Amino acid sequence: MTAALPDVDRAAFVEFLTRMGDNTLILGHRVSEWCGHAPVLEEDIALANTALDLIGQTQFWLGLAAEVEGAGRNADALAYLRDAGAFRNVLLVERPNGDFGHTILRQFLFDAWHLPMLRALERSADPRVAEIAAKAVKEVAYHLERSGDLVIRLGDGTAESHARMQAALDDLWDYTGELFMADASDAAMVAAGIAPDPASLQAVWLAEVRAVLEEATLTLPASTYSHKGGKRGVHSEYLGFILADMQFLQRAYPGAVW
Amino acid sequence: MYAQMVKTDSSRLKTLDEMSPEERAFQERIDRGEKIEPKEWMPEGYRKTLIRQVGQHAHSEIVGQLPEGNWITRAPTLERKAILLAKVQDEAGHGLYLYSAAETLGVSRDELLALLHSGKMKYSSIFNYPTLTWADIGAVGWLVDGAAIMNQVQLQKTSYGPYSRAMVRICKEESFHQRQGYDIMMKMAAGSDAQRAMAQDALNRFWYPSLMMFGPSDKDSVHSAQSMAWKIKINTNDELRQKFVDQTVPQAKYLGLTIPDPALAWNEDKGGHDFSEPDWTEFFDVLAGNGPCNKERLGARVKAWNDGAWVRDGLVAHAEKAAARRSGPVAAE
Ligand SMILES: [Fe+2]
Ligand SMILES: [Fe+2]
Repeated sequence: MTAALPDVDRAAFVEFLTRMGDNTLILGHRVSEWCGHAPVLEEDIALANTALDLIGQTQFWLGLAAEVEGAGRNADALAYLRDAGAFRNVLLVERPNGDFGHTILRQFLFDAWHLPMLRALERSADPRVAEIAAKAVKEVAYHLERSGDLVIRLGDGTAESHARMQAALDDLWDYTGELFMADASDAAMVAAGIAPDPASLQAVWLAEVRAVLEEATLTLPASTYSHKGGKRGVHSEYLGFILADMQFLQRAYPGAVW
Repeated sequence: MYAQMVKTDSSRLKTLDEMSPEERAFQERIDRGEKIEPKEWMPEGYRKTLIRQVGQHAHSEIVGQLPEGNWITRAPTLERKAILLAKVQDEAGHGLYLYSAAETLGVSRDELLALLHSGKMKYSSIFNYPTLTWADIGAVGWLVDGAAIMNQVQLQKTSYGPYSRAMVRICKEESFHQRQGYDIMMKMAAGSDAQRAMAQDALNRFWYPSLMMFGPSDKDSVHSAQSMAWKIKINTNDELRQKFVDQTVPQAKYLGLTIPDPALAWNEDKGGHDFSEPDWTEFFDVLAGNGPCNKERLGARVKAWNDGAWVRDGLVAHAEKAAARRSGPVAAE
């Protein structure tokens, strides 16, 4: 199926698609944990909607990953039958939900990366990638609008909401650097014109984050440390539990049709 | 159904002659099939009964997120996960429409939620049962949404305009839910031995609680008679339960599953099935707070509300600051 782009390193392409799909899958999983437990009914609906969008995008990314891989697997096989070491999501998306402020800040920091990433992918040399990005970009533009707006309102709300949002930001900040780190498969994607250099997204991400944090009266953390490892399959302890939950039925009843 | 045993404050039904001129004009409008709208005159008992019924219905929608939400993270495929997320999101949306309908009767959502959280208002008994396997998600869609539809289809004809219109919107989505639930059951019933056993077990556990959703027989209830005179209720509990059984028996047969009732049989004379009553002692135990999951369900809602207080306060504080900033420069000029 990669005939259209013969000189693309297939393994690198699968790696890239898996990273995209695992990010949306694991974040969608985390957000879906809120179902029925949100602070107001409107947020129950909005969080379910965000999770639903992310799971829908996962179906596209992992579906294409399986197609490019050409090993007879499908999106479900990738989601449900890989162990943690084969997952390629960034550590940020597997962070626990924490309080609502943590969840919204994690969402905002991710959305602010996700949107420019998808905008760049709309111009991908691979039309399948461009098509998925074009579908997802509308949803993600809305996610960013919503998460940014909530960061502003809660950051500049009461003393308590401000303190909670600042604590969430300080806690999550060191997990953002991984979004912009590149390795050999990223370089192969850049060379093939399929995806942008992750580092090239950092300036626009930071501009968005600064603007929102300023309006939210929140302080950009001084730390420059970056936790990393998820992109190459070295995860936090949390991912194993996410997968134990998510993959339970497929593991307990191998081969069953649901 | 999602509203069970709603009281009306009536001790007996008034005749038209006993009514005040306003009450009589109101009753005659209802008898003609007219819809009552929020700003129009209505008897206090009508308003209060509707608040109880619509409020209980709204609470059921939002508490109903929990037993199904229990399986979202464990849904067996991405497609099933997406369908379940969309369904639970719909249920929250139903809660929203219904709280809005209740608000037109002069009670705020926060007031209703306070009554739920303090245990003064109830939600449907069915949501106090656990979802133990994936088949339960199928059974809930098939039986629980099925029973809800049975109730809500007739409520589209209810006399209160906003409630009736909310029901029309909700019914469309509920029939999707039922089909999706039945689809899960079909896959399980046609699957491996383990899956078929799970499907049968889910039917065994959800059958009688689903029959309880309609409430105990109300053919002699004064509250029910008053609600029916006001067209807040259109059918008796027994009528709806009978329809539900008659609809569900062939569906179970098609799945190759057995309804857990040895007395279940077709009765040619009445043109419907004979079936066993659920254990009403269990029903009253569940209503009294002693169902298998009452503590978890209400506890989860109260915790969500309490944990979310800082968020709601923060949003209000921000809105006030933003309003002050907007009016600030104007006031200074
Ligand atoms: Fe509903
Ligand atoms: Fe439903």
